[in-house]
Amino acid sequence: MTIGVVTFPGSLDDSDALRAVRIASGDAVSLWHGDADLRGVDAVVLPGGFSYGDYLRCGAIARFAPIMEPLIDAARGGMPILGICNGFQVLCEAHLLPGALVRNDHRKFVCRDQRLRIENASTAWTSSYEDGQEIVIPLKNGEGGFVADDATLDRLEGEGRVVARYLECNPNGSYRDIAGVANERGNVVGLMPHPEHAVETLTGPSTDGLGFFTSVLMSMAAA
Amino acid sequence: MIDTTENAAKTPDHPQPWAELGLRANEYERVRDILGRRPTNAELAMYSVMWSEHCSYKSSKVHLRRFGEQSQVTPVGKLLAGIGENAGVVDIGNGLAVTFKAESHNHPSYVEPYQGAATGVGGIVRDILAMGARPVGVMDSLRFGPLDADDTQRVLPGVVAGVGGYGNCLGLPNIGGEVVFDPSYAGNPLVNALCVGVMRHEDLHLAKASGVGNQVILYGARTGGDGIGGASILASETFESEGPVKRPSVQVGDPFMEKLLIECTLELFAAEIIAGIQDFGAAGLSCATSELASAGEGGMHVVLDRVPLRDSTLAPEEILMSESQERMMAVVEPADVERFMKICAKWDVQADVVGEVNASGRLTIEWRGETIVDVPPRTVAHDGPVYERPFARPDWQDALQAASPAHLARPSTGDDLRATLLRMVGSPNLCSRAWVTDQYDRYVLGNTVLAQPEDAGVLRIDEASGLGIALSLDANGRYAKLDPYTGTQLALAEAYRNVAVTGARPVAVTNCLNFGSPEDPDVMWQFAEAVRGLADGCQELGTPVTGGNVSLYNQTAETAIHPTPVVGVLGVIDDVSRRIPSGFRTPGHIIYLLGGTRDEFGGSEWANVVHGHLGGLPPAVDFGAEKALADILHSAAGDGMIAAAHDVSDGGVAQALVESVLRHGVGARVWVPGGLDPFVFLFSESTARVIVAVPHPDEVRFTGMCAARGYPHERIGVVDDEGVLDVQGQFSVGIDELRRAHEETLPAAFAE
Repeated sequence: MTIGVVTFPGSLDDSDALRAVRIASGDAVSLWHGDADLRGVDAVVLPGGFSYGDYLRCGAIARFAPIMEPLIDAARGGMPILGICNGFQVLCEAHLLPGALVRNDHRKFVCRDQRLRIENASTAWTSSYEDGQEIVIPLKNGEGGFVADDATLDRLEGEGRVVARYLECNPNGSYRDIAGVANERGNVVGLMPHPEHAVETLTGPSTDGLGFFTSVLMSMAAA
Repeated sequence: MIDTTENAAKTPDHPQPWAELGLRANEYERVRDILGRRPTNAELAMYSVMWSEHCSYKSSKVHLRRFGEQSQVTPVGKLLAGIGENAGVVDIGNGLAVTFKAESHNHPSYVEPYQGAATGVGGIVRDILAMGARPVGVMDSLRFGPLDADDTQRVLPGVVAGVGGYGNCLGLPNIGGEVVFDPSYAGNPLVNALCVGVMRHEDLHLAKASGVGNQVILYGARTGGDGIGGASILASETFESEGPVKRPSVQVGDPFMEKLLIECTLELFAAEIIAGIQDFGAAGLSCATSELASAGEGGMHVVLDRVPLRDSTLAPEEILMSESQERMMAVVEPADVERFMKICAKWDVQADVVGEVNASGRLTIEWRGETIVDVPPRTVAHDGPVYERPFARPDWQDALQAASPAHLARPSTGDDLRATLLRMVGSPNLCSRAWVTDQYDRYVLGNTVLAQPEDAGVLRIDEASGLGIALSLDANGRYAKLDPYTGTQLALAEAYRNVAVTGARPVAVTNCLNFGSPEDPDVMWQFAEAVRGLADGCQELGTPVTGGNVSLYNQTAETAIHPTPVVGVLGVIDDVSRRIPSGFRTPGHIIYLLGGTRDEFGGSEWANVVHGHLGGLPPAVDFGAEKALADILHSAAGDGMIAAAHDVSDGGVAQALVESVLRHGVGARVWVPGGLDPFVFLFSESTARVIVAVPHPDEVRFTGMCAARGYPHERIGVVDDEGVLDVQGQFSVGIDELRRAHEETLPAAFAE
């Protein structure tokens, strides 16, 4: 099972995402933003960072990178895609996910160990968890406030597409404490916190993030 | 009209603004002697900026020589590069080397806090990159005026956002540092940034332009009008320039460009097509060209018209002095230029051949087909003026040292001690730094094993073997004011100890020496004493100074900052999985205090917080004890004998205990050792001490080791889960109350 990790100019957590895939016993493949080629991978992670300096608007330029064309097609065809932080922003800009990410309500960058509740353990990226399971993984963002209109939020809640919710503290002003959402099919997931930074006890606050990577590897093995 | 060398030779009496550019009359005369004519305006721009205090170290050089005269051998081997290079390089084994350096960006951060701090981070990162290393982490040492001062409200949030904004966007974990408040920094905040990088031995690159015919390539950002406050004097006051007259003197950073520059440069190194490289820092092109040329075979020709500009109205003098960020200069063999350009194009980094190495022994620069610079490069880069500034022990020093804290009223009852503790842990210099450090990404790159609020940052360097490094950055301006020699040694001792408590072996030192005006003999004495103290201390510890930075003129009118020598210590840890964290976690672990406690309150935080007092002598330094303590911690870490270890420094044992219990929210029962006054036990700042938590089964082995080495060790308590810090027979305070007192200060001060 191979999982590709896209490097845009300004991607920062690409090496971490590749490491997380390897620790989860997947084959990790680097993908380059300028190549319109997914190199035959079975799933893709869009990593955190500041693609194109976050100029104009987070994710707004990366969304037009050559790699996005085959990626958008693959996503519509059901390929599991996980966007973490900046990757989540790119997925929203590409309209693969609803809503948008805006500047944190307190207007500061925030880095903290964040408690989350997994609200939907049936997506391609969360099946290793239980519904309602609480996990602690790092969160670090300047523009992590998830916003959408009420109708969209109601639909997301109604369809079980809120994947994870912030507990104890809403770190960035996200509406309804939403930390992550999925598309209708559940193959595309966007998550503001960073599971790839919680895969080793030595370097993370926990290993709670590993489940995102094992989930997709298991769901692909089962498919 | 262009001021060519030909024109300069013909117009010897043309008046020039050398004084406005910061040159002294004797220095201007010296430039004329070197050239045998008056300098052109472009040459004047280059000499004035390269001979500035900031670039030439003209006041500090005579003292800094002490560092170079020392042994260049660390406990893990010889330095691969030492004093004189962009940054020192330490062999850490497994074919890997580490380079680290700190640099000040004090004045720009006061003028424009966000950009000043951001470009401070950017500059030091490029220094490390230019050594051939991949930058892997940053730290920052910050000092501000009083927490409640209006200007601190302006400066601190901007500085913190700037350090974070640049470092976070660059993808470098921020793994520690300091934040200190003191009235002496009002109007002169200190922003010192450190970067650490890693390379394989064979990748070490030194700045030099060798190989006649090799091409000189400028790559990275375009050159703009930022950071040329000085040069604009030339542009606006002596020329009939039509460009903008005054320009901002603080540079503006673009971390995204720097991230591309890092990845691009590392790919260029890997392709082995860089013959020489130099980062652009202060003095921009003037510095890069003259330093590269003088370190190589001595000749270089540059065509200034080929420098890509953001602002086409820039005068040649301004282009030479511009401090636009995110630029590098490489020397490349002609056959490799095409490959060089291809790699730059992959990363969307602009690159232009701007010159060529030659055998002329001169640095020549042409503009619009005419020669505007023709100088021996060494005279610009290295042969600047050197001053033996007068220095003398200040006449107030004796009175300051005589004002002992012995007469200050001390808390005597348990209730008084409790109230003192709560006041101390919430005071500006001892309260939680989370409001600051939560704005920094400590996780990126996935190798951060320890970061703030731990005593030192620890990074994994080699995933296969677990080889890692530890870093700490420390200073205490109050101690240094009382006695600059001892105060500097105390900073060294603390940084050394902070590295040691993680279980790492301290191996090498860097520094950032922040002082007032060198023209004041009092300040110059402080500086000389600090350098002597650091050199002597490093000698005793066997940890050489590998490089450093000096920042002078940190003063407003007659008032200088406290002498503030910031000392960085690098440690090596063979297996990061053996690192010792600082927080108590497990009930039942036994708490030991290692090291002897004396009645030492001169310069202490207690005297500061409770009495606003600064006087007497700082705590005594004992490097023999520090070394013995570091050996104990290193051995104990290797054998897995201790579960937690925390340095005892500002605020004493009380502060160390509070931080240790709050880390994971456990409680502790503590007793005052026999023969010690409870107040002295809790708040004295005696050195060479740490508190450790030892699992019961390891206790006998651990105490046996301390006893065998003759190191003082006292059982002072036990970790529990009662939710209370209980100092038996004196007072107890709930963890929740402690946490509130410790954590509310900064958020309240910067509430929006």
